[in-house]
Amino acid sequence: MATPLTARIRSDGVAVDLASYEASGGYQGLRAALAMGSAGVREAVTQAKLRGRGGAGFNTGLKWSFVPIEDGAQHYVVANADEKEPGTMKDRLLMEGDPHSLIEGLAITALAIKASVGFIFLRREYSKCALALERALGEARAKGYLGEAILGSDFSLEIHLHLSAGRYMCGEETGLLNALEGKRATPRSKPPFPQVSGLWGKPTIVNNVETLVNVPVILRDGSEAFKALSLTGDGGTKLYGVSGRVRNPGVWELPLGTSAREIMERAGGMAEGLSLRGFIPGGASTDFLGGDKLDVKMDFDSVAQAGSRLGTGTMVVLDDRTCPVGMVLSLERFFARESCGWCTPCREGLPWVVRCLEALESGSGEMGDIETLEELSRRLSPGSTFCAFAPGAVEPLQSALKLFRSDFEDHVRKGACPWK
Amino acid sequence: MLSASERERIERAIAVAGDRRSAVSEVLMVVQEARGWVSDQSLADVAEALAMSADEVEGVATFFELVFRRSVGKHVILVCDSVSCWITGYEALLGQLRSRLGIGPGETTADGMFTILPAGCLGACDKAPAMMVDEELFVGVGSEELDRILKWVRDGRHGDAPHR
Ligand SMILES: Cc1cc2nc3c(=O)[nH]c(=O)nc-3n(C[C@H](O)[C@H](O)[C@H](O)COP(=O)(O)O)c2cc1C
Ligand code: SF4
Ligand code: FES
Repeated sequence: MATPLTARIRSDGVAVDLASYEASGGYQGLRAALAMGSAGVREAVTQAKLRGRGGAGFNTGLKWSFVPIEDGAQHYVVANADEKEPGTMKDRLLMEGDPHSLIEGLAITALAIKASVGFIFLRREYSKCALALERALGEARAKGYLGEAILGSDFSLEIHLHLSAGRYMCGEETGLLNALEGKRATPRSKPPFPQVSGLWGKPTIVNNVETLVNVPVILRDGSEAFKALSLTGDGGTKLYGVSGRVRNPGVWELPLGTSAREIMERAGGMAEGLSLRGFIPGGASTDFLGGDKLDVKMDFDSVAQAGSRLGTGTMVVLDDRTCPVGMVLSLERFFARESCGWCTPCREGLPWVVRCLEALESGSGEMGDIETLEELSRRLSPGSTFCAFAPGAVEPLQSALKLFRSDFEDHVRKGACPWK
Repeated sequence: MLSASERERIERAIAVAGDRRSAVSEVLMVVQEARGWVSDQSLADVAEALAMSADEVEGVATFFELVFRRSVGKHVILVCDSVSCWITGYEALLGQLRSRLGIGPGETTADGMFTILPAGCLGACDKAPAMMVDEELFVGVGSEELDRILKWVRDGRHGDAPHR
């Protein structure tokens, strides 16, 4: 099975250096891109049907096409390496193991949208990634893959590594842009979208790390080969992960559209003596699916049809000896703490959600609390808040209230957590 | 007053960011690295160095989780309390930290050695439970590992880190 994103990554944890990167096809994508030119690159990526791996699954080529390419103004490219969605650990793997692939992906993206400055917005906690990227940026500059007149062309690019001082909202692309400008990472209203008015008001493309790492593969192997990597109409492989109480938690690169069951097999199935009750398919802000949904294909459209979102593609599993109310409480505590406080429903609503869940979990809750939670999920739904944070925050809550209803009610009836 | 070496590092941070204001979070981290935390006086100094108002700098400083506006211990322990770690043993890990250090999240040991802070997902969910001590990540932390880690840090990080 082809694993173009992870094939180079060494098992000893040492990052791939420039020489080994080049020896295994590295920077061939950039060379091809320079030969094709900006419009050709955009066409190739659109043909490849690459969809964003940061959570929303937006078509990457289409997103790039909104940039006013020929306006002659300064444009920017940004790698979103904030990865703080609970349950997500895939971008870390790529940056620690194969930092040049991100640099090459950013360079090709910059060429496509005619940007001359790029940023890698990295969470500071990823200190190993920072070291690997610093070194790789130095190597790439020294070898002429970055800087002025790259490989003798008229394309120039400088990439800055920005270490964030930490906050989940920095991962939301407009919050990220505010943070890069030295402001609080509260979101901006859209439209205008960053593709038109982003960093310092200039056209800007923000893409997820995994998205960008796919770009050199498209340019090197061609759009058709890229599409053939996938089991669905969308192109490429996907980094899937499993965490929770399974035998062998981890991250694996598999064809896009691999079933949840096959991914669980990679994880060795549930840990000794446990069975599966449900899972969130792609990080904290995705709806729970029941344990009977293992045959769902883990691609954007199939997971949506099943009633959730692919999100980041990293599953967190709920076993039959872990309290679903406790799990949801852990998720909502994260969201309540990370709310940026800009709009009232989210700032006030999420702490209320946490208080209701705490009451239920400790045994002092009432049936009315369950209804309050349902009401709050509706009030934080898409369109009711300033950004997508709050709707994401209530996805696991609203689905848990349906799937694990009797567990919530048992807490009230017993006046205690039945799992303790 | 900022030291000469802080000023030098601040100018470098501004050069890298390409603009004074954009460097603000990095500059706050420079000061914090030198002094352990960001006091009101340091905040005012940063504001002056970046030609920003103290309120603007405060807005940024209080937004970011890794900027400390109160004094912390010599070593900061970030314990992940997010979902995968919660499922696989966060509460046990926190309990062990409490019994070893006598403090909980948000508190500092009497000898000023350790502060425990709660942290959102550290991106090591497949190796949970996870925690960081200063810049170092530790995964799959059970009771014995915790003892080795604390001893290693107390002894000044001599020898290889007790990673698993
Ligand atoms: C609250 C919030 C947090 C987010 N965090 C991240 C993140 O850490 N990394 C990421 O790539 N995208 C994150 N996103 C999605 C980004 O806003 C954006 O859609 C993405 O970076 C676009 O890249 P893509 O098109 O390559 O997927 C987040 C979105 C929201 C609403
Ligand atoms: S929904 Fe939440 S995170 Fe988004 S702007 Fe409102 S308060 Fe901030
Ligand atoms: S949930 Fe703890 S590291 Fe991700």
